[in-house]
Amino acid sequence: MQIPTELETKMDEVITHYPVSKRSAVLPLLHLIQHHFRFISDEAVNWVAAKLGLEPIQVLEVVTFYPGFRQTAPGKFHIRVCRTLSCAMAGGYELMESLCKAGNIDRSHVDHHHPIAISTDGKYSIEFAECLASCGFGPVCMVEDDFHESVKPESAAELLQKYL
Amino acid sequence: MSTTIPYKPGKEPHAREHRLIFRNVDRADYDPSIDCYIRNGGYVQLKKALGMERQAIIDEVKKSGLRGRGGAGFPTGVKWGFIPPTNTKPVYLICNADESEPGTFKDRYIMHQDPHQLVEGMIISCFAVKAQLAYIYIREEFPEAAIILEKALAEARAKGYLGKNVGGTAYDLEIYVHRGAGAYICGEETGLIESLEGKRPYPRIKPPYFPAALGLYMSPTIVNNVESLCHVKHILEMGSEAYAKLGTPNNTGTRILCVSGDVQKPGYFEVQVGHVTMGEVINDLCGGLKPGRKLKAIIPGGSSAKVLRADEKFKLKDGRELGIMDIPMDFDTMAACGTMAGSGGVIIMDDSRSMSWVINNLNQFYAHESCGQCTPCREGSLWMKKISDRIVAGTASPSDVDELLRVANNIEGKTICAFGEACSWPTQSFVKKFRDEMIGDTKPELESKIVNPETVLAAANLV
Repeated sequence: MQIPTELETKMDEVITHYPVSKRSAVLPLLHLIQHHFRFISDEAVNWVAAKLGLEPIQVLEVVTFYPGFRQTAPGKFHIRVCRTLSCAMAGGYELMESLCKAGNIDRSHVDHHHPIAISTDGKYSIEFAECLASCGFGPVCMVEDDFHESVKPESAAELLQKYL
Repeated sequence: MSTTIPYKPGKEPHAREHRLIFRNVDRADYDPSIDCYIRNGGYVQLKKALGMERQAIIDEVKKSGLRGRGGAGFPTGVKWGFIPPTNTKPVYLICNADESEPGTFKDRYIMHQDPHQLVEGMIISCFAVKAQLAYIYIREEFPEAAIILEKALAEARAKGYLGKNVGGTAYDLEIYVHRGAGAYICGEETGLIESLEGKRPYPRIKPPYFPAALGLYMSPTIVNNVESLCHVKHILEMGSEAYAKLGTPNNTGTRILCVSGDVQKPGYFEVQVGHVTMGEVINDLCGGLKPGRKLKAIIPGGSSAKVLRADEKFKLKDGRELGIMDIPMDFDTMAACGTMAGSGGVIIMDDSRSMSWVINNLNQFYAHESCGQCTPCREGSLWMKKISDRIVAGTASPSDVDELLRVANNIEGKTICAFGEACSWPTQSFVKKFRDEMIGDTKPELESKIVNPETVLAAANLV
């Protein structure tokens, strides 16, 4: 694992946001790592720990707790579909189903600890997210950092066409 | 409020709305830049605040009657007053932008469309409580909002409203954006603080860890919701007396209602607290129920609020008798009706919805989001999900419905933080109010198949 200089420079700047305790920079550093490498490897955990003067377990326990951090690589485009009540009432589960169909993703093996399913060609990965806070305009989903509201299940294939 | 503001077509505020916080949301001629904000009277209140005594600002917020808009409805000025008067440690302020209570979608629009309103409200609040370092804790699922806020903070810094010598005074302040990582529990203020310290967000026990005394880095810390901090600016602008005239006594100001579910036009509506009833929300603001449908249930203040059944009647202590449609959207009446105004997230359900399915959906949310620190919540939330899974699947026996309630009752009041209540109240209220329907989803013939664990263990000579 090679941390590019500009990434480390960015990290050093972020660390200055926490003058009282460098440990506070664990989440921001992990975000930068995940954004760059797409997931957080064991090597990255050790690197962040060394960078912040922590024990590796103090970083690993953060990675394993937060659903926003991944320990394995997702697809080229990672999709999150809101699962919670208002979206579910508006067709969130149907949206998940049609996105899986359109993206050729098999979700049969997912569970609480392995929530992400990846398409056979590695282009898309998908998971349910809990309430994405746009309840009036469901069903909603995110593709990477893009937010999509009122996505009709039948327009799933059309949505994926934007991500090739 | 000016009536000349042009709004985007189809996004005009409803005539019943009273927009303070959302004044610039969906405006046709508005953008999130600092220049646009200043053109519209921005940062004037900050300049005023910097010339005021700190205590005078706190007193104004107290007198305004502002109650926190994040869920608990605790008076903001009183919260600020909890910083020990003898304190010598640094004070921190954190804006809670972890908006994640199911049914709630208001802070997103403030941050996307009018970020400087939040920044100005925060700087004023930081000045009032003598904080020189502040953070905006924003949920990871708002990546765009995080970028917009960082840009807004940089703009404010360039104009001298942040950094050294704020507004040319001797006061220094830094504000940074801190992103969460997808955990609902980070909306709980002590969990949020742990998370900001770089740890798992296990909430702290109160007492002694009231953030105003022992918060971030064990220093006094004020944690306020996005909407609450924006209100501070308007309180200074209007004066506490005029602000307190909005709304109703003890339920002052405006608040943003977020309506979702089975209505014609769901959306967000900023109204004076207590000036519209539930019926007006559904029929006026949201254009009524879907054609041919009847109202079945309402969750009035985010998913953790107890559900209301369409035919319920409430007899209040002051003699009023209210049907569900007569309840004014305020803090106190909602509490008197056995539920809460919470975060302002109103979820409407019509007669096409199965209540077993609804509570199962919520139980899955809480099972996923329990932080796992306290046993009753960690285990109980999962059991509530599993039992309601069975009810939905048609593989439950009638006594499972009471078992579900028993599990919920064993969580409430037995946990470090209020998540215990948040996850048990929905189940308790759904089972209490829709027991017959839920039992109707079970199979009586399965009752005889229930195995008593003691019998099994005895047969294996284990007891």
